Amino acid sequence: MTLGTRTSDATAGAQPSTGSGGLRRTVHPWAWWGWALGVGGAASLTTNPLVLVLLVCAVLPVVAAKRGDEPWARSVRAYLWLAAIVLGVRVVFQILLGGRRDGTVLFALPELALPAWAAGIRLGGPVSAEALAATLYDGLRLATLLVAVGAANALANPRRALRSVPPALADLSLAVAVALTVAPQVVESAFRVRRARRLRGTTRTLQALVVPVLADAVDRSLALAASMDVRGYGRARAAAGAWPWLALAGSSAATLGLYGLLGLPASVPWAAPTLAAGVGAVVLALTASGRRRGTTRYRPDPWGVPEWWVAGAGLATMGLMVAVAATAAALVHPSTDPLVWPALDPSSWQGAALLLAIAAAASPLVSAPSNREPA
Amino acid sequence: MIQFDGVGVAYGDRRVLSDVNLTLRDGDLTVVIGRTGTGKSTLLGTLCGLVPHHTGGTLTGAVRIAGRTTSRHRPSDLADVVGFVGQDPLAGFVTDRVEDEVAYGMEQLGVAPAAMRKRVEETLDLMGIAELRRRSLATLSGGQQQRVAIAAVLAAQPRVLVLDEPTSALDPTAAQDVFAAITALVHDVGLTVVLAEHRLERVMHAADTMLWLDGTGGVVAGDPADVLARADVVPPLAGLSGALGWDRVALSVREARRRVHRDRVAVRPPPPPAEAAADPRPVLLRARDVRVAYGGVTAVAGVALDLREGTVTALMGRNGSGKSSLLWALQSGRAGTGEVLVAARNPHGLSATEARRLVGLVPQTASDLLYLPTVAGELAQADRDAAAPQGTAAAVLADLGVEPDPAAHPRDLSEGQRLALVLAVQLAAGPRVILLDEPTRGLDYAAKEALAGILRRLADDGRAVLVATHDVEFAALATDDTVLLADGAVVASGPTRTVCTGSPAFSPQVAKVFAPVAVLTVAEVVAGLGRGESS
Repeated sequence: MTLGTRTSDATAGAQPSTGSGGLRRTVHPWAWWGWALGVGGAASLTTNPLVLVLLVCAVLPVVAAKRGDEPWARSVRAYLWLAAIVLGVRVVFQILLGGRRDGTVLFALPELALPAWAAGIRLGGPVSAEALAATLYDGLRLATLLVAVGAANALANPRRALRSVPPALADLSLAVAVALTVAPQVVESAFRVRRARRLRGTTRTLQALVVPVLADAVDRSLALAASMDVRGYGRARAAAGAWPWLALAGSSAATLGLYGLLGLPASVPWAAPTLAAGVGAVVLALTASGRRRGTTRYRPDPWGVPEWWVAGAGLATMGLMVAVAATAAALVHPSTDPLVWPALDPSSWQGAALLLAIAAAASPLVSAPSNREPA
Repeated sequence: MIQFDGVGVAYGDRRVLSDVNLTLRDGDLTVVIGRTGTGKSTLLGTLCGLVPHHTGGTLTGAVRIAGRTTSRHRPSDLADVVGFVGQDPLAGFVTDRVEDEVAYGMEQLGVAPAAMRKRVEETLDLMGIAELRRRSLATLSGGQQQRVAIAAVLAAQPRVLVLDEPTSALDPTAAQDVFAAITALVHDVGLTVVLAEHRLERVMHAADTMLWLDGTGGVVAGDPADVLARADVVPPLAGLSGALGWDRVALSVREARRRVHRDRVAVRPPPPPAEAAADPRPVLLRARDVRVAYGGVTAVAGVALDLREGTVTALMGRNGSGKSSLLWALQSGRAGTGEVLVAARNPHGLSATEARRLVGLVPQTASDLLYLPTVAGELAQADRDAAAPQGTAAAVLADLGVEPDPAAHPRDLSEGQRLALVLAVQLAAGPRVILLDEPTRGLDYAAKEALAGILRRLADDGRAVLVATHDVEFAALATDDTVLLADGAVVASGPTRTVCTGSPAFSPQVAKVFAPVAVLTVAEVVAGLGRGESS
């Protein structure tokens, strides 16, 4: 019989795969999100097409070089399509419904006469270069933002990102993680039941599908809850106290500060300190209430030098853009009426700062190790 | 270590356990046996606190485990003392990667990161799954998943491990893997293990203590051989020991072989059936070159099969060898790749209603077919689905010898009753070929015997039956022919007697005891005794 031989086999065969010697370092998922949000935030502050196109050109090589082999790593292609579609739709609608009649008319579409109740809406008519450029610039801004988010999605392992949330938010991340696990199982059981329905040749179709799938899902949830319970989930914790309220106040302040920073370029003096104070309060509250949970974390993703470089690159891009936006409005929002060729002149310090911001966005290309794990 | 003091459990008016008093010693492997529905899971649940904290019901008396009373501690507060592993490992996984799953329990207990790191390595080695550490849990085989589930519980270093039918979904080899790991834990680590199991032949030789739930709420505890001599759960070796009048139940094939040798028990195999070359029975299902592929993976690679009227055929093979795929292909027919002919028609291209008149399939999760709140409703719907006269399905069910309460909810039936209900629903359409996928899961010995009888009756009524099963003992009991699949191809086929005595992995225990004499069941041994004089 083979009984009892398991342990000796295991200890003999397990040697090579233990330890982390042969593993390549991967970047912390939240560092990628920091970088991507910095780049996206910078993009949202400008409509200069040269800057936007250069930002996209900085982001894409980073994704191509640093993404892993996992399914989500291919998601950037979907985001590129989405960005292209957003841009295309906006341009098409501008051409069809464009509001402005003045300016340099490029071409004219036959205009549709609409009844009186639709006054204010115009279909067709002349298309001006100025309106088209404004739409194009604005669409490009949105597209760049989408590409940045797509880059973060492709580079940051979502499950690892969930695992790295502060312990105070562990319940939330657990709920998402469970949903990520259960969703495919429900799909599988729906597929199984649908196939079984053919066996029965039943006439009542919806009920025959929904009842078994729901019963299955309930069974699974109960089994999962029991399993989590017996494995110690939710053991005695200290009461949370006032920390959640501090976290709430902090996140409100941070939201307000961020809105000011992105939405009202003139509000930097009050928005920046509000954002900083809000983020500080959130970090403090999460750390304090996380410590009361009494759980620990297995092999947390380290936050080291590469993470600082990657997240710092995003922060630098954002910071430089804020500085330029506050001092040189003409550079970040080139005029479309009168239509002028957008400029990116490195002789002024603002122009040089913009180029530096783009270089910072591309810098993870050298500063970050590849996300690919050995098979 | 574990102490029951006057323990009783009741769900509403239904008493499951009453006045249980017993003590389980530290370091014992205890096996809990009993017929379906006698409260094995409930007994195990009281150990880890799931009963009554999670399941409801009332618990009287006290279960003490390492000094803690389970009624006063929630399951999560017992996690460092008791580990629990359920039937379906996949349903209990919280994370998606082997390593994270093993660490999850320790994270909840707040084990220091350095200690946690060390224990994960130790546990991975202990269960022999170190090479799987980075794998996604969903991609593992059933045996690997169950070993990961055990490792995930062990990492928290509990002193007692509780397992509820840990191998019910596994093929014989994977089950042996899991049991090897469990016995190693008992012998090398000194863990106390309590487990429930239907297929006793897999564990009884390793048990130190056996608990038999007699169905009245009482528990009989003692030495495995003594308990098995009295229990209404009769594994083949216990049946053999009883039939031969041995004073002590043989717990392993080796023990039984020695006893047979000592007592000079001589058995002659039953006479071979009439020459098979000119089998007069008509072929009801004829399959040639059946191929099934999912994406790039071949599940069935060119299978040829004849099912004759009046025969029950077993389809065996390890998990993933293509058994289920083949059954589905036979039911729905194939276009292009190979051919399936039932009554000179290929089910492919027929409507669902017509196809099920030719071939009826009871899938692995039989309850997938049920969706109404009462048994009577299901039976009436089955008549409508099959356009059969009212009462057909109910009559079929009664004919199968199963008569559940018509007002009961199908999900409240026992596994055996539910299986019979689904079978009746399928038979109402009048197919002459019946396929069953893994029907013995969760059935006790008596229920399996009843199922074997049902299948025999279906065959005798002029049908052909094909059963995919892992259960060698069931195949020996119920089938005439056996087809062995590996990697989607037929590797052996012929009478069950020949196929199942040819290879040790697919031999029933009785055949191993009497090898090389080809007897499969206790009944055949008893019949063969009178004839046997040779040695």
